[in-house]
Amino acid sequence: MTEILGFWVAAVVLVAASLGVVLTPNLFHAVLWLAAALVTTGGVFLLLDSPFLFAVQLLLYAGGVVTIVVFAIMLTERLVGESIRQTSRFVFNGAVLAAAVFAGIVSFLVQAPAVARPVVTGDQLRDLGRALVGPFAASLQLVGVLLVIALLGALYFARTED
Amino acid sequence: MPLSAYLGLAALVFAIGLFGVLTRRNAVGILLGIELMLNAVNINLVAFSRFRADLGGLIFTLFTIAITVAEIAVGLAIVIVIFRVRRTIEADHLDLLRG
Repeated sequence: MTEILGFWVAAVVLVAASLGVVLTPNLFHAVLWLAAALVTTGGVFLLLDSPFLFAVQLLLYAGGVVTIVVFAIMLTERLVGESIRQTSRFVFNGAVLAAAVFAGIVSFLVQAPAVARPVVTGDQLRDLGRALVGPFAASLQLVGVLLVIALLGALYFARTED
Repeated sequence: MPLSAYLGLAALVFAIGLFGVLTRRNAVGILLGIELMLNAVNINLVAFSRFRADLGGLIFTLFTIAITVAEIAVGLAIVIVIFRVRRTIEADHLDLLRG
């Protein structure tokens, strides 16, 4: 029962926050809506019995990404000296295409057979850690390399010209 | 809630993010739309992982989160450099490579 209630609350908040991201003219408000959407997504992860991913979502997305974007906006607004308004174009075409994609996915979903939700067994966090250093160890290393490359790339772009 | 409820929610958020990517003029706004789309995909992965009792989806989600963070860091660095050079981040004005 709590799961159903929590799901609908999370769904309404998530959709409202997502619409806020794509519809507000003020870029800064859009980032705040994005933070709300990301935290609510963490709530959906909690409903799906993944508290570890909820923590990762809060730390990396809501903590890291939102901070970076706010920094970027404040830097560019400071450089230009005025608050950046943003407008949208092709709103009708975009809405039609997005609705078509949604309708396409839903038409697959309604044909899918119902799946029973299995009961939780074992310690998810321990299994996750074992899998990350076991079968997925190579990909974990690759993600580490990717993060280093991203760090170097950001440093390269952010350097001053001299 | 059934699996399809979670998938439907993810599809709706994905469509909203796609709408944002298609309609925003501002490069940062487009990046925010991409964030929404990746986020919707994460909901899908975690839902499948939960309903199939398969840990792979959670691992995938961890990787997509890490890759998204790298992508947004480099993307915003590029936006700031473009802004420094061209004094605009309107995507329509960035047509230097148009043939």
